[in-house]
Amino acid sequence: MESLLAITIGVLVAGSVYLMLARNVLRFIFGLVLISNAANLTIFAGGRLTEGAPPLIAEGADAPAGLVANALPQALVLTAIVIGFGLFAFALVLVVRAYTELGTLNSDEMRVAEPKEGPAK
Amino acid sequence: MSWILALPIAIPFVTAVIAFLLRTRRAGRWVSVIGTAVLLLSSAVLMATVLQEGVIAAQMGTWPAPFGITLVADYLSAVMVVITAITGFAVAIYALGDIEERSEYLGFHALYNVLLAGVCGAFLTGDLFNLYVWFEVMLISSFGLLILGGSKEQIDGGIKYVTLNLVSTIMFLSGIGLLYGMTGTLNLADLSLAVERVENQGLLTVVAMLFMIAFGIKSALFPLFFWLPAAYHTPSFSVSAVFAGLLTKVGVYALIRMFTLVFDHDIGFTHTILLWVAGFTMVTGVLGAAAQSDFRKVLSFHIVSQIGYMIMGLALFTPLAVLGAVFYLVHHIIVKANLFLVAGVAKRLTGSTELYTIGGLYKSAPLLAVLFIIPAFSLAGFPPLSGFWAKYVLVKAALDIGSWVIAGVALLVGLLTIYSMTKIWAEAFWKAHPDGFDPTPDRIDAGQRRALMLPIAFLATLTIIIGLFPQPFIAFAETSAAQLLDPTDYLRAVLAAPDPGPVTE
Repeated sequence: MESLLAITIGVLVAGSVYLMLARNVLRFIFGLVLISNAANLTIFAGGRLTEGAPPLIAEGADAPAGLVANALPQALVLTAIVIGFGLFAFALVLVVRAYTELGTLNSDEMRVAEPKEGPAK
Repeated sequence: MSWILALPIAIPFVTAVIAFLLRTRRAGRWVSVIGTAVLLLSSAVLMATVLQEGVIAAQMGTWPAPFGITLVADYLSAVMVVITAITGFAVAIYALGDIEERSEYLGFHALYNVLLAGVCGAFLTGDLFNLYVWFEVMLISSFGLLILGGSKEQIDGGIKYVTLNLVSTIMFLSGIGLLYGMTGTLNLADLSLAVERVENQGLLTVVAMLFMIAFGIKSALFPLFFWLPAAYHTPSFSVSAVFAGLLTKVGVYALIRMFTLVFDHDIGFTHTILLWVAGFTMVTGVLGAAAQSDFRKVLSFHIVSQIGYMIMGLALFTPLAVLGAVFYLVHHIIVKANLFLVAGVAKRLTGSTELYTIGGLYKSAPLLAVLFIIPAFSLAGFPPLSGFWAKYVLVKAALDIGSWVIAGVALLVGLLTIYSMTKIWAEAFWKAHPDGFDPTPDRIDAGQRRALMLPIAFLATLTIIIGLFPQPFIAFAETSAAQLLDPTDYLRAVLAAPDPGPVTE
């Protein structure tokens, strides 16, 4: 189970790095979305995987009986997903604005803030 | 006790809400000024408490550490909160004269205060995941502030700033996941004990590198700084100043915290890398600045070069060097924010920040010229200003342990800093305006002029005070460094009870 998850994370990271190497900013953002999911899975795996054991405490008891899933990484992942969602929504809108304002998605051609200087073109 | 620690975070949030509700009225901008003034007050109370009682900690929601979220203030945290409040207050006043109504309507003051809340939160938290959350609070509001106005330049700089910072965020998050997997805790104090129990210390170093890269991007270290000069010259001057003063320094703070408290298991490896990075950061930053001809771009590259000094202090890892790093951090925030504020007034008077097309400021606005000289010389390290003591301590620390090369680099970079500052002085202030135009201060109406000049004078005065009476500040930084290098007090304050033993999963 853990090795399967590890391979999944690896594939996600590889795919996202490939996307992020593109000059197209939109592809870069898609790569970021993928790699952030890989990071979330990493946190999840960091809490150790337990199959079919929800962290429920029986009524009247103080602690769960037996080995149960670690609830903390799930809470962390949830937080990270929410924050990530907000950031990516912003990033995507920014890309749309960049496309309408600058007329390009190619990061090499985005030189308004840092214009090339001198005759060296 | 806990309210003293929570207030510096809560006050800016409340201010932000009120400022947002009042954003269409003139009162909205004063809310921001009053809010930051109250923040300054509460940070002073925090500082007084820390000076009296040493490290203080509060468990949020009364969950005992290491299970709940802890807020901690040691000397370093306390001074960073105070300096955040000072900068926040100064820039809030400056914003009265600088920010246009349209930006105010779009929520400038709300975003600005959320940014301050994020910065204070990052300084005060004692929990790694909580640190991530504060970084995000800071980041999302800085995104908003950066592109507020929506000019082409801002969108262009914004894309680079946003994408690279998101990469850093993800590194940080992965690092947290892996560290939690190894140690089973997220509380910084508990982590500091738990990392010693990790069997494979080599893996710990790998995670340490993830954190180094993540915070390295945030604090604009070589070779990860490219987003900074791409973006910092595009927003309004108030935003530039607060970014320049505070944002990268949160990254530096996080590096200092993590690499003194948690990752001190393999100093020979991690801190040697930091030392190399520090040297390259100083040199590339200052050379980049020498090649620029825009007021704000020169200053932006100097942020990079100055970050190198602080990391140098951390990397040398002797009491004196860490003292120097803390002192430098505090001095730099004041000076750098101030220089950007001066650049804003220069732009208002002359109409541009491009150094070759402006001039004549010394003749027409001598007061501004004096107020520029103070932070500029301090940045370059002229005695008796604050930057001299900061550089002196760091170079002495390097010489004490025989690190001749880095000491030489630090001195050389100081020299080159003078070159850039002289360039700004010669082009913007000394030479006559190329179009024969007279940039007198009367070009700004009196009310706005007061709002713009007061914070500059205030910060310049602080620079002079630190420079003329460095002893209490040095003594403070000394205790702060001692706390960082020997975290016994920190651990005692946070964990209160003796370590309960390995956390079982």
